[in-house]
Amino acid sequence: MLSIILQAAAGSGIAQLGGAIGAGIAALGAGFGIGKIGSSAMEAIARQPEAAGDIRANMIIIAALVESVALFAVIVCLLAVLSQQ
Amino acid sequence: MHRTICKALLLVALLLIWANRGFAAPIAQEEHTDSVSAGHGPETGGHESEKLNPGDFIFDHIKDAHEWHIMSIGHTHISIPLPVILYSKTKGLNIFMSSKFEHGLTTHKGFRLVTKGENKNKILDEDGTRPLDFSITKNIAAMFFGVFIILWIFLSMGKVYRKNPVSAPRGLQSWFEPVIVFLRDEVIKPAIGPKYERYMPYLLTLFFFIWINNMLGLIPIPPAGANLTGNIAVTMTLALFTFIITNVSGTRDYWKHIFNTPGVPWWLKLPVPIMPLVEVLGVITKPVVLMIRLFANITAGHIVVMGFITLIYIFAQMSAGLAYGVSIVSVLFDVFIFFLELLIAFIQAFIFTFLSSIYFGLAVVEHHEEHQKEHA
Repeated sequence: MLSIILQAAAGSGIAQLGGAIGAGIAALGAGFGIGKIGSSAMEAIARQPEAAGDIRANMIIIAALVESVALFAVIVCLLAVLSQQ
Repeated sequence: MHRTICKALLLVALLLIWANRGFAAPIAQEEHTDSVSAGHGPETGGHESEKLNPGDFIFDHIKDAHEWHIMSIGHTHISIPLPVILYSKTKGLNIFMSSKFEHGLTTHKGFRLVTKGENKNKILDEDGTRPLDFSITKNIAAMFFGVFIILWIFLSMGKVYRKNPVSAPRGLQSWFEPVIVFLRDEVIKPAIGPKYERYMPYLLTLFFFIWINNMLGLIPIPPAGANLTGNIAVTMTLALFTFIITNVSGTRDYWKHIFNTPGVPWWLKLPVPIMPLVEVLGVITKPVVLMIRLFANITAGHIVVMGFITLIYIFAQMSAGLAYGVSIVSVLFDVFIFFLELLIAFIQAFIFTFLSSIYFGLAVVEHHEEHQKEHA
């Protein structure tokens, strides 16, 4: 029974599908994360405008770290999309 | 003197390009559509001999190669050949220019350049094994160029500083001194503490190497424009250096925190050492994460730019007018992405250096106050 399913599934590009969906979810995750960072940075700057420079620097650092996690997911999805059969 | 070196290099480069115009070989009439890739090749009817495969097109520009491909006019390729240095156990050391391969059509001394499939752009011996490959590939040539630029900038700056150390900065100094001082005061000194000067040379070299090679990767004119920092071998080497320096400069407290973490209940360390295992994994994953972060950011940026350009060609296969329309939008997007890439070039170099200095700081820290608390 399992072998029939596997035979039907082979060659149908499920890896590509999984890769594409994964990349979309990674984009969602990155968007949420960096959006939260941005919003808290805006609030902090509104509370204390003279700390804007420090806050901006930290915001960019943390955004780069969060973005890198999203890019791990992108790399994994790329591997999935590019894998044969 | 710098000007004459520049002129000489430019002349050599132009000479190489001109000389190899004659080596251009027509592409064999092979179908690209059967090569496995991410290509969602356009389903236009006719079997033209050179159907565009977007996946191949994009990845060819991102990956390493044994020659520096500049452009293709119809069937002729204009590219600068690069030295191929191979060492195989049966044939010994072989050094020759990659033009002898003629883009993968001929074999030379039994070695052949693979043009399709999973070993693409790699050199195989006659029996299918890979010899030890020390060739100067495109990425290595680009690295030499980047290193030449870095040496030129910093050696000339060093000379000026040695001649008159207390004068006001002018010229190149006024570009780089604020950056170096920023790195030292905001990044390295707070992270490492009083012993920061030992790590300054490595961290500054790291920062400028990554930054300048990132920027050079964005300029499409050779000898710049190779995807060097997006090559995982390069980022792995940089992460390896950070890993080695962190662990060599680890104090006894550092190793104690890994193998015998204070404040953790005993049953997590014996009989099954869960905590030490987790900590060792942490020691290994931190540089691996550094490596992947830089590689993924730079490669993703290049892929996005190449994707927009490939969009023009995809539309061109449907109709010419559509291609002109798309090209305007595509080029505008490309300009926007290039600005973003400039920012990312700096940020990724900064993050790599910042995290490396944090790891060094964690390795050299002395926890005197923790000992007091424990023995209290």
